[in-house]
Amino acid sequence: MSVSTSYYGQTAIAQKGWLGAHKWLLLRRATQLGIILLFLLGPLAGIWIVKGNLASSLTLDVLPLTDPYLLLQSIMAGHLPEATAVSGALIVIVFYVLVGGRSYCAWVCPLNIVTDSAGFLRDRWKLKGGAHFSRQTRYWMLGMSLLLALFTGSMAWELINPVSMVQRGLFFGMGGAWLFVAGIFIFDLFISRHGWCGHLCPVGAFYSIPGMASVLRVSASARERCDDCMDCFAVCPEKQVIRPALKGADKNISPVILSENCTNCGRCIDVCAQDVFRFSHRFEHSSHHSLARNKEVRS
Amino acid sequence: MNTQSTSRSRRRFLASTARAAGGVSLLAMGLGTYARSVQSLPAMAVRPPGAGVEKDFLSACVRCGLCVRDCPYDTLKLAQPGDGLASGTPYFTARDIPCEMCEDIPCVLACPTGALDKSLTDIDDARMGLAVLIDQETCLNFQGLRCDVCYRVCPLIDKAITLDLQHNRRSSKHALFIPVVHSDACTGCGKCEHACVLDEAAIKVLPHHLAKGELGKHYRLGWKEKEKAGGSLVTPDQPHEFNLPKGLEYDYDDKGLTNEQSGTPFSSNPLDSLKRHAEQNP
Repeated sequence: MSVSTSYYGQTAIAQKGWLGAHKWLLLRRATQLGIILLFLLGPLAGIWIVKGNLASSLTLDVLPLTDPYLLLQSIMAGHLPEATAVSGALIVIVFYVLVGGRSYCAWVCPLNIVTDSAGFLRDRWKLKGGAHFSRQTRYWMLGMSLLLALFTGSMAWELINPVSMVQRGLFFGMGGAWLFVAGIFIFDLFISRHGWCGHLCPVGAFYSIPGMASVLRVSASARERCDDCMDCFAVCPEKQVIRPALKGADKNISPVILSENCTNCGRCIDVCAQDVFRFSHRFEHSSHHSLARNKEVRS
Repeated sequence: MNTQSTSRSRRRFLASTARAAGGVSLLAMGLGTYARSVQSLPAMAVRPPGAGVEKDFLSACVRCGLCVRDCPYDTLKLAQPGDGLASGTPYFTARDIPCEMCEDIPCVLACPTGALDKSLTDIDDARMGLAVLIDQETCLNFQGLRCDVCYRVCPLIDKAITLDLQHNRRSSKHALFIPVVHSDACTGCGKCEHACVLDEAAIKVLPHHLAKGELGKHYRLGWKEKEKAGGSLVTPDQPHEFNLPKGLEYDYDDKGLTNEQSGTPFSSNPLDSLKRHAEQNP
């Protein structure tokens, strides 16, 4: 797919102003940086609101949160975790069922800033080609990480998982983790478009599972206004999720983007000059449309 | 959709599946090998109290760093890529900052997964490693000097480290105060290694599997079996017959060679000798 105009979002900027066309992006960056800041307040300023890191944390000395993907690897490796970790993981799963599984990717994961920057530069510099991976590869990666835990009896994937390495590095010292950040950046910039987050990362693949039932969803509510400018496709990191909702009116498919791989990043809302998209919930129009038919088009 | 295009799309699906599966399997092979090599903990890294054997610990620790945060002495740190152990797992280097053996063991309480075992409630029961006086050639006490620092700083002084008096063969008139570590009490806190005055510590905390030997399961030590049974298991004990000079005896219980019981013509009181002399030479 080619973007013939100079850059996506130009019409939206003209229409809504720069701030209006970057509202959700800015909110997302604020959330990502806010979470980093929250974890850094303790070690840097001695204000202990949150302790630990995204793998497992304790907020205000009462609320335990645990990454369910890590805990699953631990269980596969043969460890029976204590109640604190299990309840922490359940709270996280319930949270992501509500706000969208892969909201983790767009709103929390610090590596998202790195891959978004790489994607941004790739588009700006009009870098084409490179390696192509199936979007299903991430599920192979997910399966591999769990089987590896089973067969090695340790969380082998966590030895090189760039997502946990980067978030941990931010709060406990990066060390060699910078190499992983640079590696992912170069990979996404030169080798594969949205290569890591969109095709390979097993963390995202894991979070897409609670995403199958997520309540908060982006909806192409005003899809009749779509003027086919293609900006949403150009900006979307998981562009296969848009078409069924946006172009499904004839087939009576719900305008809600129900794909488990939509990251709820809201960039489509930002770049659309016609205000086609908005945040909504999965039950919007559910009485009029067949939800079952709104399936992601696998690319 | 006609059959030709169905078969083409099936071919494409199979090819892309094979590519993904193949690539991921290759990655898994490399990663599996790496994971095995990481399971051997480097000798200088000591795990926090309550961590089990390395393999169990690596399956249980989610690398959250809550133990690090609750360590009041900044002893614990999370391994970074390139440190030589599973990245993100907690450890400490005894030579830099040893474990202060907090009585409430906050690091164990902080662990959400049980990677640090909560059944450890008395820090004296912790077995983080075992101190080994690894270099007798440089240890000052082995040279006959009275350094004793490792012994003095040991939180379980006279239990985990004792001083064993030995004859100093170099000077022939002094004693050697040899520090001896006892594995039944040593927690592996590393205060001895930290305090060792040498440029490179002569006493080091090592993982148990490196520091400890193990007797064959079938092996029995005669004197221990005898103690357990309350007497010899084979033949009754026969007191050894010594062919001793006149006047000397052997005390089996305690004193060894003695002449205490033998009658001597001389009194222990020197006045008696003087008196006798005066009597003989009036």
